Amino acid sequence: MTEISLAIEQKKFPKSSQPQSENIIADLNLNIHSGEFVCLIGPSGCGKTTLLNLVAGLDENYQGTITFGAPHNDCRIGYVFQNPRLLPWRTVRENIELVLPLYTPDHTVDELLASMKLTAVQDNYPQRLSLGMSRRVALVRAFAINPDILLMDEPFVSLDAPTARKIRKQLITLWDQQQHTVLFVTHDLREAITLADRLIFLSNSPMTIVRDVKVTVPRAQRFNENQIEQFKNQLLSQYPDINHLL
Amino acid sequence: MTSTTNPQRTRYLAALSLFVFILLWHGIASWLATPVLPEPIKVAEVMWSEIYHGDLLHHLGMTLFRLTLSFIIAMILGSALGILLGRTPTIDHFFDNWLIIFLNIPALVTIILCYVWFGLSEVAAILAVVVNKLPNVIVTLREGAKSLDKDLLEMAQSYRLSRKKILTQVIWPQLHPYFMAAARSGIALIWKIVLVVELLGRSDGMGFQLHLFFQLFDVASILAYTLAFITVIQVIEISVLKPLDHYGRRWQR
Repeated sequence: MTEISLAIEQKKFPKSSQPQSENIIADLNLNIHSGEFVCLIGPSGCGKTTLLNLVAGLDENYQGTITFGAPHNDCRIGYVFQNPRLLPWRTVRENIELVLPLYTPDHTVDELLASMKLTAVQDNYPQRLSLGMSRRVALVRAFAINPDILLMDEPFVSLDAPTARKIRKQLITLWDQQQHTVLFVTHDLREAITLADRLIFLSNSPMTIVRDVKVTVPRAQRFNENQIEQFKNQLLSQYPDINHLL
Repeated sequence: MTSTTNPQRTRYLAALSLFVFILLWHGIASWLATPVLPEPIKVAEVMWSEIYHGDLLHHLGMTLFRLTLSFIIAMILGSALGILLGRTPTIDHFFDNWLIIFLNIPALVTIILCYVWFGLSEVAAILAVVVNKLPNVIVTLREGAKSLDKDLLEMAQSYRLSRKKILTQVIWPQLHPYFMAAARSGIALIWKIVLVVELLGRSDGMGFQLHLFFQLFDVASILAYTLAFITVIQVIEISVLKPLDHYGRRWQR
């Protein structure tokens, strides 16, 4: 549980040889409260993944500041990438245990595996899993470290609808228990409304914030399709400028 | 590959081909009936008596000792340097020409130079073999280190894995196939070089003995030594390298 303040003046393409290379991100200021679930929505290729990488500390080549409520090194970050990024030479369980601090009790992993219905495959190698299962393992890995900040980059893309719905429910259940600060990238507005406290609409390059909207649908109603559809339509008619971002 | 590759059939084929080879050898040898091509049975007899009454085991042991030592040094040093070059482009660009030079120096030249500069000593002999093999290992491991999966490295970085974990759990398994390729071609290359090293400047080992037999025109002994050596190398391949390779690939579908 940590708040995040982003103040990114500009971020250019890395290793671009042209001196006047285009900015990917410009003048992006965003404050995220502790325990908040924030969805970043924008056209594909606009720089959302780049932004998550900046927050994760994978890319330090930008102008601006990113500060956390806790000192940067004490801040545990769980990152669910667009592809699962499991080590193929370690079993499901070994993949999760790899990122854990030493002497983590076994039951932490056991419970998470059970909640994602992965107990039966915990000793399998990732190449023998379906994509949906691999994505769930990646989720468990991110949750297992009990992160202060959870970064998720379209983690459910290319999953079939029923599976995605199931995992979304599991995600919310786990988030309810642990209350991490979540930054969730998607270009699916319905998914965003289902999950988030707050929606941030981002423009194409250079990426900057177009709208910042609170989701008013109560948590209990989030898996009611009609409520989501209703909120979506209301949003689109209220802010017609976000239409072209989707 | 055909669909009929059951293991029993493969083993049968392997045995058959070996049998045909020996039969062919025997046929040609008895047809020519010359002392410079003895029959297989004669070679087997010589090998037997060399093992039990001669010095074959001593010389074989010396060669294996040199082979093992230079192999281990070349693999460890070559892996470390290869990873270093593969991960740091500046150093790589700087040393690229050096590598090409060392790759292209004939083995015989390094051996002669080592003996001239460092004397006819054991150290010079081992050094000559290592210098011959090292560039090969470096180049292979460098390719491996260059093609590391960036996604997995980012994962390791974002989860703040320790350097040790990144090296042993993320990087090393990706280099394993390259290491095995270097090891296998390494043994094949090194043992040939070791023989030349022994021939030119040592007073024991396979190479020294072969030189002696050459002067005596004793082809049966030459073949007996060769046979003994090939057998040992095959045993190493089957009992050490193959299981290692298999273990490294256990996770693959």
